Amino acid sequence: MVGWRLFTAIFVGLLGIASVGAARAADDTIKIGYIDPFSGPFAATGNNFLKVFNFILEKANAQGGPLGKKYELVTFDDKLQPAEALIALKSVTDQNLPFVMHCVGSNVGSAMIDAVSKHNARNPDNRLLYLNCGALATELTNEQCDFWHFRFTVNVDQRAVARIKTLPQSVKSVYLLNQDYLFGQSVQKATQKYLAQYRPDVKVVGDELVPFGKVQDFSPYIAKIKASGAQSLVTSNYDRDLNLLMKAGNDAGLEIRYDSYLAHQPGGPTSTGPAGDNRLTSIMEFHDNVAAEENNPAAEKFISEWRARAEFNFIPLDYVTMFQMLTAAINKAGSTDAVKVAKALEGMKVTDMMGDENVMRAEDHQFLGPLHEAIFTHSAKLDAEKTGLGWKSEAKISGADLTLPTSCKMKRPAS
Amino acid sequence: MEVLLVSLLNGLVYGMLLFMLASGLTLIFSMMGVLNFAHGSIYMLGAYFAYESTRWIGFWSALLIAPLLCGAIGAAIEIWGLRRVHHNGHIAELLFTFGLVFIIGRSVQMAWGMLPMPYRVPASLDFPLFTLYGLQFPAYRGFMLLISAGMLGGIWLLLKRTRVGMIIQAALTHPGMTAALGHNVPLVFTIVFAGGCFLAGLAGVIGGNYQSTEPGIADAMGPIVFVVVVFGGLGSLAGCFIASIIMGMVVTFSVVIDASIADLLRPIGIVPRSDDLLGEILTVPVARIGALLPLLMMVLILFFRPRGLLGTRDT
Repeated sequence: MVGWRLFTAIFVGLLGIASVGAARAADDTIKIGYIDPFSGPFAATGNNFLKVFNFILEKANAQGGPLGKKYELVTFDDKLQPAEALIALKSVTDQNLPFVMHCVGSNVGSAMIDAVSKHNARNPDNRLLYLNCGALATELTNEQCDFWHFRFTVNVDQRAVARIKTLPQSVKSVYLLNQDYLFGQSVQKATQKYLAQYRPDVKVVGDELVPFGKVQDFSPYIAKIKASGAQSLVTSNYDRDLNLLMKAGNDAGLEIRYDSYLAHQPGGPTSTGPAGDNRLTSIMEFHDNVAAEENNPAAEKFISEWRARAEFNFIPLDYVTMFQMLTAAINKAGSTDAVKVAKALEGMKVTDMMGDENVMRAEDHQFLGPLHEAIFTHSAKLDAEKTGLGWKSEAKISGADLTLPTSCKMKRPAS
Repeated sequence: MEVLLVSLLNGLVYGMLLFMLASGLTLIFSMMGVLNFAHGSIYMLGAYFAYESTRWIGFWSALLIAPLLCGAIGAAIEIWGLRRVHHNGHIAELLFTFGLVFIIGRSVQMAWGMLPMPYRVPASLDFPLFTLYGLQFPAYRGFMLLISAGMLGGIWLLLKRTRVGMIIQAALTHPGMTAALGHNVPLVFTIVFAGGCFLAGLAGVIGGNYQSTEPGIADAMGPIVFVVVVFGGLGSLAGCFIASIIMGMVVTFSVVIDASIADLLRPIGIVPRSDDLLGEILTVPVARIGALLPLLMMVLILFFRPRGLLGTRDT
């Protein structure tokens, strides 16, 4: 009997200590629910992003963090399924986290915008902000724009503008090849639109949608592309669909430029290898050589620290900027209250690591930052993924040049 | 015309690769009644083993080492796994191989990571064999054809001209009778399973650098191989061969067809509107749904001829 009482006392005591500990931890951290695929076919993407965020947040926390607190990520797996993401979002709101962050998949992003908006309308004392770090469909800040949603990366249309503006003048005929799903189709439409607008001299000699992740051998497409006589293949293919495409092209000895949107994603350089030397370009926020190219010692130090712990290039400079903005906004608001932080974020201008001005546009909550057009070459100073080849910038497009009109009619909360 | 000839060659290469995978699977399937879900995973293992042996020893020895390793793994799976669950019936065996898919997939991810491996075509085979209408045909694809044709000949000789082959054939159709005649049928099962895995491993060696070596290839190749086996018919190597070539050709040729069903209907005066669902289905060009055609063909054959092209018994 005594033993039982003693046990209960100890147990209750331990509980008390644990809860005090938890309360203290909650006090000096700012928790961010982070929803992305960490299992399933797209797990590689989620896990690579997580590596990037852990690195960025270590830096941000070392500098003090907002209101002297530390950022902490709480991860949730959505397997790239909107339904799973909404279940994860429920956990985020149950834990009263002030922010939810999500990167991969516009279909998931679209569902999240809707769900966060409804949640905030119904629970005015437990609102949260949706920090979108990679759902790229332009619609999300146009027709679908929402006060509680902020996109901290440039969207499909902006990327298409950068892609088309950096096409060499010598290119007169292009072949469009995109994956047959939401993202590929919106890239296809944006590419057509901005080609007509900025480069009417360029002829589209082929326009094709390929099944997403289903094609085992791209040789028949290569035969079609060869027959079309295109000088450049503009493609939003990535991962396997891009690697197999280029492999088939090189096997067949096809002489063509590969002007891609996403070839810089982790794993891309490894499987492309020497085959991509001086013929593959991509549109990206940053890569390991930008720091040296722009003579920025602080950024060079950042990159050398990154390269010591990860095998792939550091691309998402916009995520670094995102936490600069978030920290500034929380400091300005003096709390993590969703409305106050959102108001502080609107129209915010910050100077990123490379000294460029980045803006969070108030009208549609769309991030405006610079993009690089870079070529995959053996003459790059720092290589990517130990391939001996790396990215070298050929052009930089400023955030101001990527400012596009928006059709957003945002409803703002009264308080 | 030029696209036609190039596609014909590429269809043949892909079809032969499919046959290497499917031949092992159909033997296992028809003999043991087990649809080995893990066949694609063994293919993936073959590619990874080949990459490792290429790194340390060289491509030519990888051509032998990787399939042998896969064969050994196959034998181990049969002896310590399938044989134990066998007496619980086919469902248990099916679930067992289904579980293997996840175990092998996860192990590969843990050992090699999620990113693709730089497994490349050996330098001695990295040259254009000939040029066809300005497009090169790589020597490596010729080599793939050679290997798979050699395998086809080898397996045919083994099954038709040797004693082992006779016992395997007997065990395929009459396992009870073969056992009654004093043959060790479980051993035959092990040999067939290991042999199937050997072939899958060999396909992995030459397929790993023809495609890319990454965890996704098991899922990419698995389903289409099942389609080939079902389409060709159970227990029929000839049917399996024909089905592989048909699938290779269908997938390759569908890409170059820009026409849609609506174009077929137009001459007889039916012009579907493209704004409703039916119209959308009718006007989608074949090229966009090319990769799905094999699955459609499987559904059709299951519907009209469940035993497959040259199958001897119903699925």
